[in-house]
Amino acid sequence: MANKDIMRAEDFSFTYPGAPAPTLKHINMPIEKNKITALIGPSGCGKSTLLRAFNRIHDLYPGLVYDGKILLADKDGKMENILDLHKEDQLVKLRQRVGMIFQKPTPFPMSIYDNVAYGLRLSGVNAKSELDGRVEKALKGAAIWEETKDRLSDSAMGMSGGQQQRLCIARAVALKPDVLLFDEPTSALDPISTGAIEELIAELKEEVSVAIVTHNMQQASRLSDYTAFMYLGDLIEFDKTKKIFTDPSEKLTEDYITGRFG
Amino acid sequence: MVGKLFKDFSLFSAVLILIILAGIFSILYVYASDSIHQFGFDFFTTKTWVPGEDDDGGVFGGLIPIVGTLLSTLIAMVLAVPIAMGIAIFLTEVAFPWLIKPVSIAIELLAAIPSIIYGMWGLFYFAPIVQELFGGSGVGLLTAGIVLAIMIIPFMSAITKDAMNTVPGVLKESAYAMGATKYEVIKDVVMPYSKTAIIGSVILALGRALGETMAVAFLIGSIVTLPGLITDPTTSIPVLLANNFAEAQDLELSSMYYLALILFAVSFGIISFAKFYFLRRK
Repeated sequence: MANKDIMRAEDFSFTYPGAPAPTLKHINMPIEKNKITALIGPSGCGKSTLLRAFNRIHDLYPGLVYDGKILLADKDGKMENILDLHKEDQLVKLRQRVGMIFQKPTPFPMSIYDNVAYGLRLSGVNAKSELDGRVEKALKGAAIWEETKDRLSDSAMGMSGGQQQRLCIARAVALKPDVLLFDEPTSALDPISTGAIEELIAELKEEVSVAIVTHNMQQASRLSDYTAFMYLGDLIEFDKTKKIFTDPSEKLTEDYITGRFG
Repeated sequence: MVGKLFKDFSLFSAVLILIILAGIFSILYVYASDSIHQFGFDFFTTKTWVPGEDDDGGVFGGLIPIVGTLLSTLIAMVLAVPIAMGIAIFLTEVAFPWLIKPVSIAIELLAAIPSIIYGMWGLFYFAPIVQELFGGSGVGLLTAGIVLAIMIIPFMSAITKDAMNTVPGVLKESAYAMGATKYEVIKDVVMPYSKTAIIGSVILALGRALGETMAVAFLIGSIVTLPGLITDPTTSIPVLLANNFAEAQDLELSSMYYLALILFAVSFGIISFAKFYFLRRK
């Protein structure tokens, strides 16, 4: 059932520059289309490292080593190995298709409007009318339009943390990516903002496929369709979220989700 | 008790700055008042700097040193700003890690060289090169401007580099994650984020270029004529002051205070304008 997957890691290993041993070892894991896949595991298990490989953001720092394959499906369902991309413009296109939201909100030092329009302008959308439309749609999509529509030209730096994070989601959604990667998107937010972001992510899967790294097991069980449990660079178990949290196959998974370690 | 003492001391220190500023300004004004009464605003348009017989009277005008100061500073800034930005961007975003340290140290060393050494080097080594390339007599506006640029580049690039290093990595990553190229990240994230510090460094460098005396005295030619070409020799306010102070008396001395007052006002004005214009918040 290969074409259910939008992305897939196949026998994927990853080594940081100068590290004696790989941080990720022979990972095989799919990201299914229009589903939410959660990555859980204790600190240092490699879940963020894996997530950051899916859009090759690691490549900003020289000297790392990829091994194996990470496949991304194009419009016709044909899988392409993104580890074969080397030119800057290929990586730019990849990152427009596979967006990323970070742990801390990262608004750019510009207006709210320009934050959302930024990626669109980079991808060559310049007509004012089209930009206006897509910025509005993205802000609505990120459930932040009502709060921002009267102050689009204000600096984004003046928003609250939760609003900034939704702005960052709007900014990523505006590019109509195939996949969105969330790297602990709510760990810097209060519970109410966290709730709003979770609701938003749940709605987003209509449009995009989602992979989310989280420290919060409740979040993974509430939000995701599939869960991957990682430990010390190995993928221990991957299954439907319900199965992982009620009847895990591995002893290690059970120990972790019941809070015996981590 | 200690808290009160500390508070009083810091208040005193802060007020002291204002007193010094006001003191300098008023002394300049008092000493310049003879010349101000004699020449008024014509001082700004008068090209001559000629003492009278037996140092009595004479006609003094500030046009040439004022123009010389502004032009040499302008040449320096035009050359230095892009190069300093280039160095800072290279060191923070482009360079291989092993190259960053030696280049950074070299920049700090350049900043530590006393200005007289720049002046000597400029006169004996650099001026002939300028003469070869651009004609003229070697010393002049262009030579002074270029050497001034070399003097302020380390300044600007060191401050700018430090500011660019404070841009959070995750902010740059998120621009890359939007599909930005390295150039776009520098232009849209790194530069705006460090804008305040960049402008601050430019203002500091500008102040230094306006007031630089020793190196310019070697290189600008120190003659009171209006430059027709960029390679022509002329003079600047600090150079004229330094060269003439020993012999000047009465009206000439007063006119020099007038010039000093103008330099003070110009520096103050340019810096205030730059601060107000670039650093105002929306």
